[in-house]
Amino acid sequence: MTAVAEIMDYDEVLRNFDPVLGLEVHVELSTATKMFCGCANEFGAEPNTRVCPVCLGMPGALPVVNGTAVESAIRIGLALNCQVAEWCRFARKNYFYPDMPKNFQTSQYDEPIVFDGHLDVVLDDGETFRVGIERAHMEEDTGKSSHVGGAAGRIHGAEHSLLDYNRAGVPLIEIVTKPITDAGERAPEVARAYVTALRDLLRSMGVSDVRMDQGSLRCDANVSLTPKGSTRFGTRTETKNVNSFRSIERAVRFEMRRHAALLNEGAEIVQETRHFDESSGETSSGRRKEEAEDYRYFPEPDLVPIAPSRDWVEQLRGTLPEMPWERRRRAQEQWELSDEELRDLVNAGALDLIAATVDAGASPSEARSWWVAYLTQRANERGGELASLPITPEQVARVIELVNEGKLTHKLARQVVDGVLDGRGGPDEVIAADELEVVSDDSSLQAAVDEALAAQPDAAEKIRGGKVQAAGAIVGAVMKATQGQADAKRVRELVLAACGQQ
Amino acid sequence: MTSTTSGPEGSGPTELTGLTASELAAKITAGEVSAEEVTRAHLDRIEAVEPDVHAFLHVNGQEALEAARRADEDRANGRAASPLAGVPLALKDVFTTTDMPTTCGSRMLEDWTPPYDSTVAGRLREAGVVILGKTNMDEFAMGSSTENSAFGPTHNPWDLERVPGGSGGGSSAALAAFEAPLAIGTDTGGSIRQPAAVTGTVGVKPTYGGVSRYGLVAFSSSLDQAGPCGRTVLDAAMLHEVIAGHDRMDSTSIDAPVPQVTAAAREGAAGDLRGMRVGVVREFAGEGYQRGVLDSFNAAVDTLTSLGAEVVEVSCPHFEYALGAYYLIAPSECSSNLARFDAMRYGLRVGDDGEHNTEEVMSLTREQGFGAEVKRRIMLGTYALSSGYYDAYYGQAQKVRTLISRDFASAFEQVDVLVSPTTPTTAFRIGERADDPMAMYLADLCTIPSNLAGNASMSVPSGVSAEDGLPVGLQIMAPAMADDRLYRVGAAYETARDAASGSSLVDRIPQLEVAR
Ligand SMILES: [Zn+2]
Repeated sequence: MTAVAEIMDYDEVLRNFDPVLGLEVHVELSTATKMFCGCANEFGAEPNTRVCPVCLGMPGALPVVNGTAVESAIRIGLALNCQVAEWCRFARKNYFYPDMPKNFQTSQYDEPIVFDGHLDVVLDDGETFRVGIERAHMEEDTGKSSHVGGAAGRIHGAEHSLLDYNRAGVPLIEIVTKPITDAGERAPEVARAYVTALRDLLRSMGVSDVRMDQGSLRCDANVSLTPKGSTRFGTRTETKNVNSFRSIERAVRFEMRRHAALLNEGAEIVQETRHFDESSGETSSGRRKEEAEDYRYFPEPDLVPIAPSRDWVEQLRGTLPEMPWERRRRAQEQWELSDEELRDLVNAGALDLIAATVDAGASPSEARSWWVAYLTQRANERGGELASLPITPEQVARVIELVNEGKLTHKLARQVVDGVLDGRGGPDEVIAADELEVVSDDSSLQAAVDEALAAQPDAAEKIRGGKVQAAGAIVGAVMKATQGQADAKRVRELVLAACGQQ
Repeated sequence: MTSTTSGPEGSGPTELTGLTASELAAKITAGEVSAEEVTRAHLDRIEAVEPDVHAFLHVNGQEALEAARRADEDRANGRAASPLAGVPLALKDVFTTTDMPTTCGSRMLEDWTPPYDSTVAGRLREAGVVILGKTNMDEFAMGSSTENSAFGPTHNPWDLERVPGGSGGGSSAALAAFEAPLAIGTDTGGSIRQPAAVTGTVGVKPTYGGVSRYGLVAFSSSLDQAGPCGRTVLDAAMLHEVIAGHDRMDSTSIDAPVPQVTAAAREGAAGDLRGMRVGVVREFAGEGYQRGVLDSFNAAVDTLTSLGAEVVEVSCPHFEYALGAYYLIAPSECSSNLARFDAMRYGLRVGDDGEHNTEEVMSLTREQGFGAEVKRRIMLGTYALSSGYYDAYYGQAQKVRTLISRDFASAFEQVDVLVSPTTPTTAFRIGERADDPMAMYLADLCTIPSNLAGNASMSVPSGVSAEDGLPVGLQIMAPAMADDRLYRVGAAYETARDAASGSSLVDRIPQLEVAR
């Protein structure tokens, strides 16, 4: 199964088959501590420094549930219009893998914390598509293996492997859709739009960093084809390693075309895991599921059942923020956007960032201008998404504020933003470190003005004589002398005052 | 193997090692003897009898003496950590300790010294109790004879050719051999009570959740319970209060006040059981029960009656299914709990020679690291949890568990405590049941129901069997969180038993003749 499969023309696929999609999204919660122990839940720390007997699965160690994670799971369920279980348990999913310290994952099986909901997603043309949610459950993440030697970091052929357990025990929510049967030709787009909508939703709730590039949002796409006129689902494949929103769409489309080509030849689809290759846009065979895997689930005896009281659930419902779709509607009205403008902002992933920047005190037009122009350009240069830029809406709002106060020129403001993007701290730290603030100390400016007037007596004379436009040359000289750090407006005022024109 | 004698010329316990924990505590508190002297006496005793008994897997004399000196200092400064401060103890080698290995009787963990202390070890240290060492056990607590230890069997001080019970045979043998006045065991299906019964000592399985399991290497999480062992009911009670109580590191630990067990033991010792309703479990008698065990049990029931207890017969019809349910639930949980022993992070690693891949190293390690009984149970459990079999086995066993809990609940509507023999026979010979797992499993017939239901249970010696002169245990069972009833009834019975025989049972333990 490693040979590159023939693929069928997409239109032909649709003439013969109906696609069925199932999406499993894993979200790492951004709780302060891990799911079952007190270790810090942090991305990017030195390997094996955020570990303890519990998350290392040491003999004798026992789990204790992180209450905040349960709270987040319930809030996510409520935001996805799910029902919240009156009583549920954790279960052990048993299988051997070196990056799983206990050789079982503490998860949930037939008693998920929330179930039976839906999410309405907006497609590119503005139409709304409803995706059914089967369930969302709590579990713990595994550690991370890196394979040294061999090809492409895969375990096969590796000389040895290194294990980092910092991620082991990080709280995960797995959100599983109901089979999506009626997306038709738009199945790939629906898949992308769903995961994007989920990302926006979870980000607005503040429960996760939802960074696909860092793995805090991971999507597995199950695809099968049903021949036109049939009602039986075909054999499905599960594509993993899909690391961007665009890749989800590409992976689904590729699998549909590959399945169709095989089915057309009378071949069978192998039920297996497939890996998506970002560069080729193709999937390749991964772990083959010759027999259905038997995880020997049973209720986790080290934990007590969770029975969220209805009062608590309602209290949590009250903490839900404005949903992204509500926010969009409001933004469109308040910022007076056309449907098209709104869609562009949404597609650029800028709307929520702009809204958050406005919430942090900036005007809508200034916020839009920063995100759509300069920051989009910087994101493109970095080859990432706008939301992945290491600058927060609050920081952008602060820069805007400093410009409005006259403490930064636009040129300086861009330098400050670059400093923040380079990871040199917040705007005020960058300004302090680089001494970027506009020179507004009148005494030092006055000296520069006097010097410039003395250096250009002709221009000074003209101004004194009422030719105010001659001030431009003096202002220019002062700006040059202060290396652009002076506030030009203030310099002009000082020049005119010095020449008796105010 | 040397034989035992009971003559005064044998090297019996010294004046100090012959005392009970409460007596030692009183002497230490009064300044009549130092904790260091007491500890030294026990270390000497251990050195003398261990070649015959083999109750310990590790003895840490240095640490023990240091802990004893700290206890003496604290007492001198008027701030003794607890009533048991300075009293020595033997800890089952299934609790993590940072100053000694924790092997669980397995090759798998032969050289493993944990990076953290179990809650039980921590509470003992805080109470100033002196941990002498770690005791032998059936591998990962699976067994009823301590023969499944990878490091050789423990011998019953009453007859060195016989087993001390299991899995906690090391702890109970240490008590019976006067190597320690106190010990800690764990009880998943009877591993505290059955060894207590066959060594003539007292062992208590507290209410499930009564003592923290944090740092207790799990065999079967929903059944495992740590508990106190001693030569007297009062000693067990004092130890019970040191280790019990809520622990936020164990989600299944009960967040409620610890039953007043020491007060109950003292009250019981007055010998008045009027108003106490005692139920005799009808199902625990008949075929498979040794004559002398039944005689001893019936005599014990008569004694309880003579103390004023109202004795009635009670039926628990589902108890006969307990053994079967237990041998599905415990192996199922064990198959999952023991999966972590894979050579990756700690313990044994076999085949790491560049010739084998990760999966092969895991397999080789588990093949060589686990003994036959552990493998048997892992396979049983893996099978019972498999899809297609889950409902028929694990699911069905959980239903039986519910029925057994109901049997207890309805029994406890009629009576305050239930009684039965602790185990159907006295100590069997080493090797006698080694090739017959079913015969071995039957040793836990009477103890398992309390584990399945999670209620409190005790074994207290009821004298010796007429046929073989070996000790017999009386099992007392109480509802969850009514552990104090065990101690009241147990202490009352103990006092009457010794009064009737004219001497303390522990004084009748044969004195070990030291080989040197
Ligand atoms: Zn941890």
